[in-house]
Amino acid sequence: MAHGAVDQQQVLASDWSGGKSPFAVGWPKLMMWLFLVSDTLTFAGLLAGYGVIRISLGRWPVRAEIFNLYLVGAMTFILICSSATMAVAVSAAKRGDHRRVIPYLLLTVLGGLLFLCGQAYEWTHFIREGARLFGNPWGIPQFSATFFITTGFHGGHVSVGVLYLLVTTLRWSRRSIQPESVEIAGLYWHFVDLVWVFIFTLLYLI
Amino acid sequence: MAVMHEAAHEEHKLGFLQRYVFSQDHKIIGIQYMMTSLFMAAVGGVLAMLIRMELGWPGARWGLAKWLFPGGFTGDGTLKPDFYLAVVTMHGSIMIFFVLTTALSGGFGNFLIPLTIGARDMAFPFMNMLSYWLYPPAIVVLLASFFVAGGAPNAGWTAYPPLSALYNPATGTGLAAPGSGLGQSLWLVSLAILIVSFLFGSLNYITTVLQLRTRGMSMGRMPLVTWAQFTTAILMLLSFPVLFAAVVMLLFDRHLGTSFFVPSGLVVGGQLVTHQGGNPLLWQHLFWFLGHPEVYVLILPPMGIVSEILAVHGRKPIFGYKAMVASICAIAFLSFLVWGHHMFTSGMNPLVGTAFMVTTLAIAIPSAVKTFNWVATLWRARIHFTPAMLFAIGFVSLFVTGGLTGIFLGSPAVDVYFQDTFFVVAHFHFVMASAALFGLFGGLYHWFPKMFGRMMDERLGKLHFWLTFVGIYATFFPMHFLGMAGEPRRYYSPQMYDFLRGLSGLNMFVSLAAFGLGLAQLIFAYNFIRSLFRGPKAEGNPWHANTLEWQADSPPPHGNWGATLPTVHRWPYDYSVPGATEDYIPQTVPVTAAVVAGGALHHPVQGGAPDEPPTTDLNSA
Repeated sequence: MAHGAVDQQQVLASDWSGGKSPFAVGWPKLMMWLFLVSDTLTFAGLLAGYGVIRISLGRWPVRAEIFNLYLVGAMTFILICSSATMAVAVSAAKRGDHRRVIPYLLLTVLGGLLFLCGQAYEWTHFIREGARLFGNPWGIPQFSATFFITTGFHGGHVSVGVLYLLVTTLRWSRRSIQPESVEIAGLYWHFVDLVWVFIFTLLYLI
Repeated sequence: MAVMHEAAHEEHKLGFLQRYVFSQDHKIIGIQYMMTSLFMAAVGGVLAMLIRMELGWPGARWGLAKWLFPGGFTGDGTLKPDFYLAVVTMHGSIMIFFVLTTALSGGFGNFLIPLTIGARDMAFPFMNMLSYWLYPPAIVVLLASFFVAGGAPNAGWTAYPPLSALYNPATGTGLAAPGSGLGQSLWLVSLAILIVSFLFGSLNYITTVLQLRTRGMSMGRMPLVTWAQFTTAILMLLSFPVLFAAVVMLLFDRHLGTSFFVPSGLVVGGQLVTHQGGNPLLWQHLFWFLGHPEVYVLILPPMGIVSEILAVHGRKPIFGYKAMVASICAIAFLSFLVWGHHMFTSGMNPLVGTAFMVTTLAIAIPSAVKTFNWVATLWRARIHFTPAMLFAIGFVSLFVTGGLTGIFLGSPAVDVYFQDTFFVVAHFHFVMASAALFGLFGGLYHWFPKMFGRMMDERLGKLHFWLTFVGIYATFFPMHFLGMAGEPRRYYSPQMYDFLRGLSGLNMFVSLAAFGLGLAQLIFAYNFIRSLFRGPKAEGNPWHANTLEWQADSPPPHGNWGATLPTVHRWPYDYSVPGATEDYIPQTVPVTAAVVAGGALHHPVQGGAPDEPPTTDLNSA
């Protein structure tokens, strides 16, 4: 155990000695990372539920006949593009290139809004065809239930993300935040996109 | 840190509301958590008494109780069956989520984490305040379930569907049990609110421990109580979101017609249920993926508290510090891999059951490491039998008693017989409930001077300990025999079965012991409240402890440390170092100012490695 003077020297030389962040980041960024880990497990809970139900039922509708994969593919593409614009905004903020940050943040917001429009269209179409939480024309009620709950929960995250980015844009334009705040917003946005990749794969493709 | 320095000087400007009600100070928030949890403990305790009333004297008439709980008793004073089930459910839910989790993690976590690592506050004080202020609304929603149609939920603290999932929207009561109506929905909503509160709390705890340790406070110099809180926060961060997902799905099943958890072809009360195709086992998997880490959320903080108390009141370094830290981490890791042992009888492939048995029994290893280390710490210690120390030693006893029956239950073959009997009730009341409660009491007796600046009465504390210790064994030990004889838990009147009728004497004894145990807590309540106002003033470090919180004033001021943060020079357990003038050396004392613990070499029992003698004062550099 660390008692002695030599140890004190070693302890203070370490990144974990206290008095500083071991990861050389501010607490908001660390906290966002931790929140994302926690949120991952919420999505994991929902997706595990989906998997268990689908496996225990043994049959599932043929998705290619039900979903418009061109639309969903386009939505996915837009969301991934918005991740790219977000990355540009973050790096511009870090470089201190103030004029580039706001347009790229707004482009990201636009991407999020387009995605949400696509989702709203898809949901409307789906509901008009008779899909409900408690049943659908394809005979397996859990199919539409898991679809609505999972994409709805993700859509909620995108909506919150759009608001978050708008607030970040506003605060950046007033110069009241540091580049790290833009980066933290970016972390959240990339996470939402990453989750979508999983949902797209598991719900639509597999 | 600049923000926090400003906060330190703001103290005089804050009004009463900001200072004591909507406070962002971690100490006030910790005390708020503690007080609210103690109130909820009283509620949960009264419910336990109601359970024992019914089980001790089934069908008896209780005139006074009828007057206290008008809805729960029939006109002639007997306890209604559905009210009994509601009481069982609420006792479990309240004690687990609203007392032990909130008191140990919310109360001690908030109060101790910044103080023990030498920080001025949590990383994000505002979110910390939000975390507390989500807790009272969750309580209100939970308790409101007693007053809606159908009453409080009947499905137990685990809320297994389909019982918890089915209700009749027209009457607002449950299909199979009255409490599965609106009461169950309120229970779920309340839990969802509490999960958000825990999320905010644990985000703060983890970030604070990682980022805000003061200079010299490396992870390897953190007191074990802080290690336990840190690990607990990680468990909460990872396990509660899964319950959140399950709660949302169950609410959808109940109100929006989905059937995630309700199977096809279910007939309730002669009627075919419209839900179809769900999987009730899914809830059990999701619930226990939370539920098992949750019991370690309850027991890890007491383990940390006990390690602290044994060292301080035994005037000896904790035995095997590194092994203690490693076993905390091992227990936390394994706790995610054992949830299936709650489901041995739910319909599980025996091979999977065996796998879960192996992981479950593996937890016995780090648990035993900790137990042996506590005992080794006591070996040849100069024990001061303060109330805190008594409760810490009592904790070790309860943990061993409950832990041994855990090995029985971890084996699927034995568990098939014991599942849902009083043997299980005895097991978890020892290992988790009572042990955690002892950690809570021990912690309160130990840190009360720091929290409130006054001492608690020692004689009343000792009386409280002995009555509680004997009361716990008298209440819960006979339950092992009840369970072996086959008495099922949660039943309204198990004695309607012939083969259980012979147990009525033992049940009466258990009930009387439980009432005695309940009454003994009034001594604590009296001592606690009286000491708040009349207790003798405490000095800064009444126990002569090394950890940082005892180097601050009692109670510590806003910002904790005055103008400069403390610097840490040594681990927290330099007690009875040979050659030192005092039998304790606080963590803030430089190695040149007091003998290092190299002398431990001559006392192999105390452990510790020899160090090279210091030659220069490194700290002036």
